Amino acid sequence: MIEIRIHGRGGQGSVTAAELLAVAAFEDGKYSQAFPAFGVERRGAPVTAFVRLDDKPIRLRSQIYEPDYVIVQDATLVDVVDVARGAKPEGVILINTEKNAGNFKLETKAKVKTLDATKLAMDFVGKPIVNTTLIGAFAGVSGLINPESIKSAVMERFPGKVGENNAKAIQAAYDLMEAER
Amino acid sequence: MVVVEGSYAVAHSVKMCKPNVISAYPITPQTHIVEDLSQFVADGEMSCEYMNVESEFSAISALIGASAAGARTYSSTTSQGLALMHEALFNASGMRLPVVMTVVNRALSAPINIWNDQQDSISQRDTGWIQLYAEDVQESADMTPQLYKIAEDEEVLLPAMSCMDGFILSHVYEPVILLEQSLTDEFLPPFSPEFVLDPENPMSFGAFADPSTYTEFRYKQEKAMEAALLKIEEVANEFNEVYGRYYGGLIDSYLLDDAEIVIMAMGSVIGTIKDTIDMLRKEGESIGLLKIRSFRPFPVEAIRTALKNAKVVITLDKNISIGKNEGALCTEVKACLYNTNLRVPVIGFMLGHGGRDIPISTIVKIINKAKLVEKGIFVESEFADLREELI
Repeated sequence: MIEIRIHGRGGQGSVTAAELLAVAAFEDGKYSQAFPAFGVERRGAPVTAFVRLDDKPIRLRSQIYEPDYVIVQDATLVDVVDVARGAKPEGVILINTEKNAGNFKLETKAKVKTLDATKLAMDFVGKPIVNTTLIGAFAGVSGLINPESIKSAVMERFPGKVGENNAKAIQAAYDLMEAER
Repeated sequence: MVVVEGSYAVAHSVKMCKPNVISAYPITPQTHIVEDLSQFVADGEMSCEYMNVESEFSAISALIGASAAGARTYSSTTSQGLALMHEALFNASGMRLPVVMTVVNRALSAPINIWNDQQDSISQRDTGWIQLYAEDVQESADMTPQLYKIAEDEEVLLPAMSCMDGFILSHVYEPVILLEQSLTDEFLPPFSPEFVLDPENPMSFGAFADPSTYTEFRYKQEKAMEAALLKIEEVANEFNEVYGRYYGGLIDSYLLDDAEIVIMAMGSVIGTIKDTIDMLRKEGESIGLLKIRSFRPFPVEAIRTALKNAKVVITLDKNISIGKNEGALCTEVKACLYNTNLRVPVIGFMLGHGGRDIPISTIVKIINKAKLVEKGIFVESEFADLREELI
């Protein structure tokens, strides 16, 4: 089983990102489960969402304490939330930032990777909404999900031009991270 | 299969059951179910009267009238909303109206808390409503047509609650098979009660019953619950024949037959328990699960039979009867064993209150604590996940 934790702020679409990952992974032939950390939703407040992927039906319903992957949508959260908490030593923490990974002094053995998803989102979508870009990046980092499945999940959720632009951002993020893998 | 939110899967299954009247008042975490339903109605996908009301008390009251007039009725609520319905819940049952309601289980105030436990539905235990508890989204969705068929059966005619854990099941996205209209039509016959409110043929429902007749109304409700015991099993099997899915009738089990330690629970924690059991079985532990699907009617005989080889019984409760230091399942299980020769220790653990997470480590801790009974250390009942530093 692969466990993913997504950190963001209310309004950044962390829960949507988790849902779209679950939809895409299922389209790819995996069982999936996505759920929010059930906070009282407020714009700007730290939000957490979880995703599980497995080859068999997923029964476990607890929150995720030892994630294989952590996705951080907003680098300012690193000072507020212990984003590295419990991350598996062989895992990856993916942070949306223009900075290099070396700038983040996280207490973790997990690999820290960074991507300027905000720039990609601005270039392709025209808005600093990075959730779809980051799940594209996750596909590139992990090799676990076909980027085409992510794009089709996103385009189904956001039909028309919006979905198409998001798909371009997803592909760009995937290509960048896949090259690093 | 499709990956959808639990609430959507339930709303879709309600749509497939073709209720004539829906009335509900939005309240977290039930909101998405009624939003989806009102959208279906607004989009003309459901031919149904959707009554917007100013409170949960009005919602259930409207449905009581509609059901008495012969309509198939649906509502959904949670927590404070269910508590506000309390008085009218007795009316629905006493008037033998098969209203079906999804209770998205949530904690009660104070302190205010929007997260999951099962105090809300457990607190309505004695209102005369059937209560089934679902383990996952598929079971929650499939429970709706099952409950209509059970509740509307002329031997039963009782209202029914489909209980699903708030957020944990209502807000999770996971793969489900959405109910098909053709199969649902095949499985669920239309509601055609013998007695209805009709101006052409006037009659009263829930009229005055003085001491000379009141007791017999209660007796007949109890007999209807007894009929439901059989009907719940029967309908679960019929559902399996039509849809090919089965979750148990009154109860279900997992690696139970040879188990010395038996864990009993209701709702979404079942999945986590199954994973824990698999883990501990690999280490040689003799552990199994007895899932309680029907809390009302309470399956006394089925439980006695299922526990006949158990050496230790653990009950998990997401509720507490304050002043008894026990959850309802613990109390009920103990009571159902007392007049038998089965003298197995029943150890109660309360957990998951107000949304406190239940990781595998909590279940392991509980099992280790219960095993101390073999060394003569007996715990009657306790909170399993207290934060001692806060006390």
